[in-house]
Amino acid sequence: MENKDQIKYKAEKPDLGTVIEIRDLRKRFGDNHVLNGFNLTLKKGSNLVIMGKSGSGKSVMIKCIVGLVAPDSGTVKILGKEINNLDREAMDELRLDIGFLFQGSALYDSMTVRENLEFPMRRHKKKLGINKNTEPLVLEALENVGLAHAIDLMPSELSGGMKRRVALARSLILKPKVILYDEPTSGLDPITSKEIIELMHRIQKIYGTASLIITHDVDCARVISDRIILLVDGINYAEGTYAELSKSTDPKVAAFFKK
Amino acid sequence: MILVNKDPLTFLYLYGYRIGNEYFVTMWSRLKKFFIETGDLSFFAARYFKEALKPPFEFRELLRQCYQMGNRSLFLVGITGFIIGLVLTLQSRPTLIQFGAVSWMPNMVGISIVREVGPVITALICAGRIASGIGAELGSMRVTEQIDAMEVSGTNPFKYLVVTRILATTLMLPILVVFGDLLALYGSALVENIKGGVSFQLYFNTVFNALNFSDLVPATIKSFFFGFIIGLVGCYKGYYCKKGTAGVGVAANTAVVMASLLLFLVDFIAVFIADIFYEL
Ligand SMILES: Nc1ncnc2c1ncn2[C@@H]1O[C@H](COP(=O)(O)OP(=O)(O)O)[C@@H](O)[C@H]1O
Ligand SMILES: [Mg+2]
Repeated sequence: MENKDQIKYKAEKPDLGTVIEIRDLRKRFGDNHVLNGFNLTLKKGSNLVIMGKSGSGKSVMIKCIVGLVAPDSGTVKILGKEINNLDREAMDELRLDIGFLFQGSALYDSMTVRENLEFPMRRHKKKLGINKNTEPLVLEALENVGLAHAIDLMPSELSGGMKRRVALARSLILKPKVILYDEPTSGLDPITSKEIIELMHRIQKIYGTASLIITHDVDCARVISDRIILLVDGINYAEGTYAELSKSTDPKVAAFFKK
Repeated sequence: MILVNKDPLTFLYLYGYRIGNEYFVTMWSRLKKFFIETGDLSFFAARYFKEALKPPFEFRELLRQCYQMGNRSLFLVGITGFIIGLVLTLQSRPTLIQFGAVSWMPNMVGISIVREVGPVITALICAGRIASGIGAELGSMRVTEQIDAMEVSGTNPFKYLVVTRILATTLMLPILVVFGDLLALYGSALVENIKGGVSFQLYFNTVFNALNFSDLVPATIKSFFFGFIIGLVGCYKGYYCKKGTAGVGVAANTAVVMASLLLFLVDFIAVFIADIFYEL
């Protein structure tokens, strides 16, 4: 069974338009089987939305992609590189091309907004050809999210929505090729959520990045998705466009789109 | 209960056995947990040495941590040292006077402070202040995914957060100990000056004459180890903090308890080893 699968995948031509490819991802914590063979393909410049109940393993899956969680089995390929085979150095290099927006923003609360944005650059200055003065880059990223005036504030002085926008600016500052959003609108009021979604749209246009968006916000999925994957019981239970899935009569699928 | 029906002696015996047994079982499981934790801690320490020796080094962060640690505990260590010196002298005076040996005060207080009281008290204060602080700080960074965020942005959080903090406590504790020692001696000298009319110059001269190289070296080496333990335990508890806000409190709390316990253990071993050298 496994052998056949492997042969099948090898036969596939390498697709240069694929940014992230996950095959048969499995992960369990003790007896808690979280992912049971999850598959996913993210194409260049597209928006893929993952929906699932809370606790269904969405965060675990997205953390497997950036190497924060080690999967039990399965392969994760980013920009053609299989991350299981990479050492720390190579992984850090690859992470240059990946933006990650954490569920709770995860701003460094002992640093100012400016220092938060400078932090991703500290390891990569030479490679990026950034000279000592990082100010223009920081300002540009902050202007993109409309928060240039907050540059010298501490995270504790920001509202939830502002924090999320600063976090977004931080994950964009190195101009990644792909951005992973873990519930970008969770914990925000509907109006701020809408603003964040618009912002994600705008940024997508400016930078032309591919995005993988985890959400359980149906509005967010409708506005932003090219394709949607429903993560149920640790597998991709259903896959399709918003229009296709919202018409589905499968009870587990329909439950997501019920108003 | 069935036990009540038995005669008093049997009752006492059975009841006593049950309580004793329960006590033994909980003690045993606690002891087991302590040993398992100590094992995990050794792995953490091994990782520290491995990562500390590999470039890139985080010098700026190290300096910042050193400054913060000194700054945070200097006042506390100073005032505690001063009071300990004061109290130790006041308490020993009557006995020494009884034996007509009050002129030995500087020697006695000086040696006990430099060899034992200074390092241990300073380390305990720093365990309460610094180990819990590190535990809470790293714990909340873990819970709010800041440590993950560092990892994702290409900075090794173990190097940036853990290595710098452990190095900082290891380097700073001996300095704090010297500071605490000096204030304790000053407190002692003050008592002798007021109560016995001994001049400060005479007091300190006597102390420094009484102190040997063999008093200073073990105390200094010991202080480095104390600092290492404080940083190590604080970082270990914070870095592996359980999710949820309750986890942060637990991390801070258990950091103090475990650090204090290990401090005494290391102190015992240090004294034991030093004693062998004195005998030689
Ligand atoms: N580090 C971990 N250790 C043990 N269990 C975990 C860990 N991380 C996640 N889990 C479990 O995995 C499941 C999925 O979690 P998560 O991916 O965070 O859900 P969500 O889809 O809401 O993001 C949960 O049941 C959670 O308890
Ligand atoms: Mg989640």
